[in-house]
Amino acid sequence: MPSWPKETKYITHPTTRVDGPAKVTGNARYSSDIQADGWLYGMILRSKWPAATITAINLAPALKVPGIKAAVLAPALENNSDNFIVRFYGQELAAVCGTTKDACLDALRAIEVTAQPKEAFVVNENEAMKDGAPEVWAGQSNVSPGRPREQGNVDQAFGECAAVIEGFYSTPVQIHNPMETHGNTISWTDDGVTAWASTQGIGGVRNSLAGALRLDHSKVRVITDYMGGGFGAKFNAGVEGVLAAKLSQAAKAPVRLMLTRFDQALAVGNRPSSFQTIKMGALADGTLHAFEGENYGTAGVGASADAGGGGGGADIPMPYLYKVANSRVTQSAVMLNAGASRAFRAPSHPPASFGMECAMDDLAVKLGMDPLEFRLKNDPNEVRQREYKIGAEKFGWKEKYQKPGSSPGVVKTGVGCAGAAWGAGGPSKNTHGEAQINPDGSVEIRMGVQDLGTGTRTVIAVVAAEMLGLKPEQITVKIGDTNYPPGPGSGGSTTCASISPTVYDICTKALQQLQTQTGVADASGDNWFAACKKLGVTPLVAHGDWIDGLSTKPAYGVQFAEVDVDTETGLVTVKRVVAVHDCGLMIDTLTLESQINGGIIMGMGYALYEERVMDDLSGVVLNPNFETYKMPGIVDVPEIEVVLLNMPERGVIGIGEPATVPTAGAIANAVANAIGARVGSLPITPAKILAALGKVPPVEKT
Amino acid sequence: MKKPEPEKFGAHSRRTFLKSLGTVAATAATAQVQSVAAELEQANAEKVIGPGAVPVTLNVNGQTLKFMLEPRVTLLDALRNYHDLTGPKEGCDRASCGACTVLMDGLPIYSCQKLAIEAQGHKITTVEGLVQGGKMSNVQQAFVERDALMCGYCTPGFVMSVTALLNFNPHPTADEVKHACSGNICRCGTQPHIIQAALQVAGVKVENKTEVINA
Repeated sequence: MPSWPKETKYITHPTTRVDGPAKVTGNARYSSDIQADGWLYGMILRSKWPAATITAINLAPALKVPGIKAAVLAPALENNSDNFIVRFYGQELAAVCGTTKDACLDALRAIEVTAQPKEAFVVNENEAMKDGAPEVWAGQSNVSPGRPREQGNVDQAFGECAAVIEGFYSTPVQIHNPMETHGNTISWTDDGVTAWASTQGIGGVRNSLAGALRLDHSKVRVITDYMGGGFGAKFNAGVEGVLAAKLSQAAKAPVRLMLTRFDQALAVGNRPSSFQTIKMGALADGTLHAFEGENYGTAGVGASADAGGGGGGADIPMPYLYKVANSRVTQSAVMLNAGASRAFRAPSHPPASFGMECAMDDLAVKLGMDPLEFRLKNDPNEVRQREYKIGAEKFGWKEKYQKPGSSPGVVKTGVGCAGAAWGAGGPSKNTHGEAQINPDGSVEIRMGVQDLGTGTRTVIAVVAAEMLGLKPEQITVKIGDTNYPPGPGSGGSTTCASISPTVYDICTKALQQLQTQTGVADASGDNWFAACKKLGVTPLVAHGDWIDGLSTKPAYGVQFAEVDVDTETGLVTVKRVVAVHDCGLMIDTLTLESQINGGIIMGMGYALYEERVMDDLSGVVLNPNFETYKMPGIVDVPEIEVVLLNMPERGVIGIGEPATVPTAGAIANAVANAIGARVGSLPITPAKILAALGKVPPVEKT
Repeated sequence: MKKPEPEKFGAHSRRTFLKSLGTVAATAATAQVQSVAAELEQANAEKVIGPGAVPVTLNVNGQTLKFMLEPRVTLLDALRNYHDLTGPKEGCDRASCGACTVLMDGLPIYSCQKLAIEAQGHKITTVEGLVQGGKMSNVQQAFVERDALMCGYCTPGFVMSVTALLNFNPHPTADEVKHACSGNICRCGTQPHIIQAALQVAGVKVENKTEVINA
């Protein structure tokens, strides 16, 4: 059985990003920076109707705009442009490419679209569920039938409880908003297609492009040197990728088609909403005994084919982390005339955590128990039990926790906590790579994975340096190209656990081959250059694969939050977050800390600011840009203290998703603890705080 | 047709326009409105450039760059797409994310909100221009050391905002760093490390609160 070295020089230490200098100097070329020879801009024409039948599209006027080189129909309309049904505002209709951005804008305006708009459409979950609601898919109910799952005897169990709460907890549709929008630069020549894609899965883009363009996989090459974030929304080529390829074919030139921020909000994914009705009861000793949960949410027109392995649906795990002997759970999904969901960082977990952790606190209050004690009583997981104890100590829970609403003054302080699990990830066995060891001692590791900002390059360099006895900066890491040995898409916190054992295997084999070829018994470290020199003129290439025993899943975590709530303005300030996460064997503690910070800050946005707002009258996303879709800014960011549980014997674990799961629940509980009233609806805006305090009427969502 | 002088055009045009406005305000009697309008029209007709491409000269990172640009082309578009300075990024194209931040005469501006013709006659610095003699600036170095970047797409904007702050205020507090960067958005969540990086350059000893517990 392979095992990681016990004494390490780089693993479990902080290492600065190997591509940091490229990123801070502007040398890193992102997909949107690619300037292929003779490149053209591409832009997409989208439906401005949420529901309509397109009866004709005339692209000819666009071609007359100076500078325009090609115009094509969206794939779904190619044989169908006289009878195409639009189901959401923003659905792709056509695309143009030209020599300037402004020419493309002019051309989009010139395209003539004839349509029969439908007056009836629906963009609101509660409206969509009503009898007689406009059907998103004709002849089909907007609501999937609920699937009750029951264990034990729920109805009887509630009668046995000492305390029962009933609560309603809801979460909005959240938009991924990576800083670089979706898109590609694509060149289609006689030799095939080259796509510089902003993606978290070069293999997925290659396969989906090849499928859509009816090309052999071997005729499509995908390159992603640098990409500006994905968070689950960028696995496959998408309509925008296929359109860029078709434009390139038609114009006989490379086309850069990056979505606008508006496009991004309309059509390329989001986190489904949730509306959770929870009834939960506990016995007098605080043991959870009965649970009944009903949830519905929307994935828009349906979970998208571009979701990248699913995870974009509206189901959430209930009762999440806790074992309840008697439980009944019913889930249903609601269709809307709105863009489809896609996987979004820890799909379905943040809403599940929020609902259940709020219910936990509400029931603890009713029982007269400390919410932390209540969790320790009912959380079956040993790792989280330890994490709660460590976190409580560091946070000062005992000193800080007061009865809800007992904080004096206008600005009230409150504390809350919540837990997370992420078990869906785990390593991908389909990870391969190779090392080229050159006679001058330089090392190149080549793997068909990509770095979506988590530090993939750096992890590869650190592991290789450790195994070969070199420094990380001596390792040249080549990734983000389908010409390299294949690896998995970066999603589900799987990348680190997939690549680390693979690099281990590559390096072990490289050392073995080096020994065979040169006779040097241990070529690592001090002997490295002398051994490599003995290779003569031919570099050595060693292949490696993912191997078992060096990585694992799942990951657990808990977070504690302290907030100030101004009871006159309703403003919430998150002062401090203590996050305790188990990370197995930590490869790079510096980038790991960044991942956890990032998860918390994104979770904070979910808790307090973020919500896609749809317009009932036009069906458009009303807040498609950052001045209206609010995300945490640097001023909002609290003091974050991260505690990393070092458990090297478990092997490597990914941390991207668990870090964002419990934040919203912890903040929501801290707010409830501060003001003595529950705001059960995210985002927790000042208006909702003031309504919960009875100072303003509640905001009615129609 | 007489070609406009790009270097002077932006400022000259605005002054003329403001002067005309002054005239309007001073003589806003109804009877005179028509003649003022005619005067404005005539004044504008003389100064109109575009919609076709016009010569534009920019001073970027100490170099003189010459372009032929439609007047509606932004500074960001000019730098990224009519030249190869792709350090400044496009995140929103409407002054709400800050990824396109560059320095104009030392002050941070959103280059997506500045027309290239307006940027003439000013000293523009992009993130590429902070590297001197192959060496990263202190701010760039600190961003790497503190891991104040993840995907890195917003990073050039933050680097420029922090650089501008430290040029004017070499010893800022954490709150001043936050204020200086409040026009920049990061989705990965690098903000805590950005504050650390800025304070490190300012000579403040920044302690890391992360704790590793051996289980």
